[in-house]
Amino acid sequence: MENLETFRAEVKEWLEENCPPSMRSGTAVDASTASDEVWGGRKAVYKNPDSKLWLDRMGAKGWTMPTVPKEYGGGGLNKEETKILNEELWAIGAKQALLSFGIWMLAPALLEYASEEQKRLHIPKIIKGEIRWCQGYSEPGSGSDLASLSTKAEDMGDHYLVNGQKVWTSYADKADWIFALVRTGPQEPKHSGISFLLIDMDTEGVSTKPITLISGKSPFCETFFDNVKVPKENLVGEENAGWTIAKALLQHERNFISNFGLAGAASGSGGGNDVVSLAKKHFGEEDGKIANSIFRSDVIMHKMKEHAFGLTLKRAGDEGGKASAVASMFKYYGTEHNKKRHELMIAAMGSHGVGWDGNEFDEDEKNLTKAWLRTKGNSIEGGTSEVQLNVISKRVLDLPS
Amino acid sequence: MKLILNEEQQMLRDSAKDFTEQRTPVTHLRSLRDNSDPQNWDKEVWQEMVELGWSGILIPEEFGGSNFGLAGISVIMQECGKTLTPSPLLATAVIGASAITSFGTDEQKKEYLPKIAAGEITTALAIDEESHHAPENTNTSAKLEKGKWVINGKKKFVVDGASADVLIILARTSGVKGENTGLTLFILDAKEKGVEVIKTDMADSRNYANIVFDNVQLDENALLGDQEAGGEAADKILDNGRIALSAEMLGNAEAAFNMTINYLKERKQFGVLIGSFQALQHRSAEMFCEIELTKSAVMAAMQGADENNNDLQRMASLAKSISGETLHLVSNESVQMHGGIGVTDEYDIGFYMKRARVAEVIFGSSNFHQERYAKLSNF
Repeated sequence: MENLETFRAEVKEWLEENCPPSMRSGTAVDASTASDEVWGGRKAVYKNPDSKLWLDRMGAKGWTMPTVPKEYGGGGLNKEETKILNEELWAIGAKQALLSFGIWMLAPALLEYASEEQKRLHIPKIIKGEIRWCQGYSEPGSGSDLASLSTKAEDMGDHYLVNGQKVWTSYADKADWIFALVRTGPQEPKHSGISFLLIDMDTEGVSTKPITLISGKSPFCETFFDNVKVPKENLVGEENAGWTIAKALLQHERNFISNFGLAGAASGSGGGNDVVSLAKKHFGEEDGKIANSIFRSDVIMHKMKEHAFGLTLKRAGDEGGKASAVASMFKYYGTEHNKKRHELMIAAMGSHGVGWDGNEFDEDEKNLTKAWLRTKGNSIEGGTSEVQLNVISKRVLDLPS
Repeated sequence: MKLILNEEQQMLRDSAKDFTEQRTPVTHLRSLRDNSDPQNWDKEVWQEMVELGWSGILIPEEFGGSNFGLAGISVIMQECGKTLTPSPLLATAVIGASAITSFGTDEQKKEYLPKIAAGEITTALAIDEESHHAPENTNTSAKLEKGKWVINGKKKFVVDGASADVLIILARTSGVKGENTGLTLFILDAKEKGVEVIKTDMADSRNYANIVFDNVQLDENALLGDQEAGGEAADKILDNGRIALSAEMLGNAEAAFNMTINYLKERKQFGVLIGSFQALQHRSAEMFCEIELTKSAVMAAMQGADENNNDLQRMASLAKSISGETLHLVSNESVQMHGGIGVTDEYDIGFYMKRARVAEVIFGSSNFHQERYAKLSNF
C-alpha cells in the first residue's frame, strides 16, 4: 500500500510536469468521439503541437500501454498501478494520448502469439504511436462468413506473394501497416488454411480506396493487394494457424464496440445529449414529464434497460471478467441498444433530428443525424448481431448445430 | 457497491439450493394443489426452513434472528423461485419481519419478532383494495373513537392472507383516496372481532385472501410506526418485498429457461434436434441476455438495500420491472417452445407461467414500476 501511495505521488508529479495544459481540458476522450483525435503513424498531422508532445511523452513512458512489459516499450505496471495511473489521468481530465488499433487489437495478439523478435520489432512502435495499423479481415465475398476469405498468399520461398482484396479496413488510407488474414492453405478446410500476416502498406502493389457511408463520412476503405511481396518473417504464429489469432482479436474488437456511448449507464444517469432532455426540449414538458406520453413510455423502458445493461457491465467487472462468449452478449446488446438510443434521439427531435446541412440546423443536430446513421454499422462490424446470437446459442447455451 | 455475492450469501444460496432441490421440487407444489391443501403451503417444510434460520434472516440477533440482510433472504427466494416452492418466506420472513424491525415499538418487537423467528406465527400485509396496486388509493378507514381505533373497509389480494396469524394493514386516518399522506399502518391479530378472511384461489395455487374489516376495534398500541406516516413506511416495507420477490421471479425465469434449453436439446422433429433451428436459437440467446440484465438489476437492488443506498426506490422499481418483463417473456417462450406438452397440466412448465403472471402483479406490475422509476428520474 505504501509503495502504491508513493507511486501515486510520482504519477501526479510527472503528469503535472508533462501533460500540456491544452491536453487537460474537459473529460477524457473516448474512442468514439471525433474531435482532436491522435492516431499517430508516419503520415500523422498534428493540428495542435501539444498533442504530439503529449503522445511522445506518454509513449516514452510506455503509458499508452501501461501493463505491457518494459522490454517491449510498455509501462511495466501492475494492475493496481495501472488503476492509479488511470485515476490520475482522469482527475486532471487528460486527453487520451493515442487512439490506436495497434493498442486495442494487434499488440494484445502479438503478445500472445508472436515471436520474440516480432514483439521487440512491432510493439514499441505501437506504444510510441510511430506506426499506425489497420485491420484487414473482411472481404467483398466474406462478411459474416469471415473464414471463407480468399485473399491468397503463395509461398515463393523467401517471401509470400499476396493477391486479393480486403474491405471495411478502417482508416486504411491513413495507416502504415496492415494486419491481415490471408489464405495460405487453399486445399485445407476453410478454418485451417488461414494465416496471420503483417504487411507494410508502402510495399509495391498495395493500394486503398475510401468507401463513403450513408452518414456521408468515410472511415473505411477497400484495400487491394496486387502481387505484393511480403517477407516470410512477417508471418505471426504458424502457417495456416491464423484463425486462432483472428478469433482472439475479434474478442478485443467486440469488447471495444460494446462500450460505445454507455458512460454513466451503471448509475442510470445520462449526459446532456440525452434522450430525456432532447424529448423535453422538443415535445415540451408537463408537470416535469415529457409531454408526449407514448414517446415517454418508450423512453422509460429504454432508460431502464440501459441502467440494467450498465449494471451488467459493472457486474462482469466485479466478477473478474468472464469467458469470451459473454463478450458476444455485450457486443449484441450494446450495439442494438446504441442503435435504439439514436433512433429515440432523432425521433425526439422531429424534423430537427433529420437535418443534414446548412445554417437552419445547429452543429449538434447535424452531427446527430450522421451519428444515427453511423450506429447502423455497429451491429454489423465486428460480427453482426445475428452472428453474436449464434455464438451465444452455440458457446453459452450449447445448442446443437 | 460490489455486484457479487459475499461468502455468507453464497453459503445461504448453496444451502437453499440443496434444500429446494431435495425437499421441494415442483412435485411438492403439484401435490399441494392436487390435494387442495387449505393452506397452500406445507407446515413441515416451513418448520424445516425455520430450523435453517430463514425466518429470522431480517430479524436482529437480540430477537432471535441472524440479521443477514435482504441480500441473504433474496438469494434464498431466488432458489425457491426455481422450484416454485410455496412458503411464508415473502409475507412473513421478508415483509412482516422487516415491517416490525423497522417500524415497531420495543414492545411490538419483543412480542412479534421472536415468534416470527421461531416459526410460531406468520404475517400478511394488506394494502391493495382495487385490481391494481396503488397504496395511495387506500380507502379503508381508521377512526379514533373513545380511545379505540375503528377500522372499516375491504382489502384485496393479501399474500398469505388466508393463513396469517397477524395482519399488518394500511388504513386512512385522514385525507382522501388518492393521497399518499394521511395513511397509517396497524398491526392486529387476524382473529380480531370483525375481521372476515375470504380465501381466494389464484392461478398460481398459492395462499391469498380478500379481507373485510367491519368495525374492527383496536387499542391505541396497534399503530405500527407513527400515525399518518404509514404511506412512507409501507413504501419502504414494500420495497423490501419487491426486491425479494424480484429475486424469486429471477429464479423462476432461470429455471423455466433451463428446462426449455434442455428440451431443445432432446426433442427431435424433421429428424433433427429442434435446438438446431436458428429461429429457436436466436430467441433463446435473446432470453439469455435479458436474464443476465435481470440478474444485475436484482443484485444491485438487494445489495443496495443492505447498504442503505439512497437510490433504493429507483433500484427496487428497476428490479421489479425488469424481472417482470423478463419473466413475462421467458414464461411465454418456454410454453411455446415446449409445443403441445407445454400447454398440458402434466408438464411442469405451465406452473412456471402461472406463478409468473401472479408474481408480476404482486406489489406493482412492470407498468407501475416503470412509472415510479420515471417519476423518480424526472423523465
